[in-house]
Amino acid sequence: MGEVKLLGSWGSPFSRRVEMALKHKGVEYEFIDEDLANKSPLLLQYNPVHKKVPVLLHNGKPIAESVVILEYIDETWKTNPIFPKHPYEKAMARFWAKFIDEKCNPAIWQIIWSRDKERDKAIEEAIVHLKTLENELKDKKFFGGETIGVVDIVANLIGFWLGVMQEATGIELVTKERFPILSNWIDEYVSCSVIKENLPPREKLLEAFKSRLNAPAWKY
Amino acid sequence: MARTELKLLGAWPSPYVMRPRIALNIKSVDYEFLQETFGSKSQLLLESNPVHKKIPVLIHKGKPICESLIIVEYIDETWSSGPSILPSDPYDRAIAKFWGAYVDEKWFPNLRILSTAEGEAKDQVIGTIVEGLDLLEDAFVKISKGKTFFGGGQIGYLDIAFGCYLGWLRASEKMSEVKLLDEAKTPGLAKWADTFSSHPAVKDVMPEVDKLVEYGKSLVAKYRAAKAASS
Repeated sequence: MGEVKLLGSWGSPFSRRVEMALKHKGVEYEFIDEDLANKSPLLLQYNPVHKKVPVLLHNGKPIAESVVILEYIDETWKTNPIFPKHPYEKAMARFWAKFIDEKCNPAIWQIIWSRDKERDKAIEEAIVHLKTLENELKDKKFFGGETIGVVDIVANLIGFWLGVMQEATGIELVTKERFPILSNWIDEYVSCSVIKENLPPREKLLEAFKSRLNAPAWKY
Repeated sequence: MARTELKLLGAWPSPYVMRPRIALNIKSVDYEFLQETFGSKSQLLLESNPVHKKIPVLIHKGKPICESLIIVEYIDETWSSGPSILPSDPYDRAIAKFWGAYVDEKWFPNLRILSTAEGEAKDQVIGTIVEGLDLLEDAFVKISKGKTFFGGGQIGYLDIAFGCYLGWLRASEKMSEVKLLDEAKTPGLAKWADTFSSHPAVKDVMPEVDKLVEYGKSLVAKYRAAKAASS
């Protein structure tokens, strides 16, 4: 169904979201690993507005913004849908994906990059947002139900990166005691084949976090 | 659609509330508009949007949908026999959504910053707003392909996403005494802005600029008072 390329970065959760979706649907693609400290002319050309990964190129046409890309992928390759069919359920999936990106993830990043009082505040905020998210999960195996859906894909930072960040900083945010349902989901998530085959190497990610924690602020 | 089956919780100054109202107008769908009072949130709002406690909220047959652009998509998908709001081609949809995210996350926050900015900071944020409008002008030229709207011959998703901010854009120009949308610099957008604002699906839900200025000034006064009290 045409030529597919992905400009991404090995450690970026946003980039990995797109890879998960493409693999889930059995779509062949060429991965171009960007050095985010030294962005390629290709990236600057295809995402001039944000200059960020991921960028999907389908038959040479670029699409940027990970959730926009996920919607495009679902509409273009119909195998293994990641969005629900019904408009109401679709709206709910979009709502929770947005909640993760606008509330959960920024609070988590803030924990990593801040110190002292600011960090304590960020931890409090993250707990509130993760509790809200955990409530949404209820007794489902995945946010998508029996199989992973777009919200599970978008929650990849919580599913994998967070564990690595916790190890790098010594901060315990998500524990079995505090978040029993979310912890269960994390276990299911990283055991799920399409997820575990598309995660960055854990040791490499841990090293990257450790070195960045000792360096000045770094953005994707 | 019986009016009781569809309710929209909102408030007249909110650009976000305009979005579903325009979408419902395009689909010629009747609904009950419930205005929130300033300074307090109704029980219905708190119950139907417990996560964010914000407007707009669309309540369809008792089920709430939140987040303005998500509501617009829901409206388009639910009343699918009416005129389409999202483009039909997946790539065009992706482009519309990309720019929708851009105006919300990158461009509009600068208007808020402008309202209380002074001196060099004010000049800087004006520059940022105008740069954003240049980008949007390019996008308009590419996406409209010579037609009237981002959506082509008809108002579409990106017209709604960006157009809802026009009231506050004009109000900001008055409040900060600066020209932001300049027909000399961004002729496509300037023309589009007028056409969009006078469109039948838009004109009755676009707040009057003078009313927004009055409301905006009261918000700035509150902000300044709070800042003085805390310093």
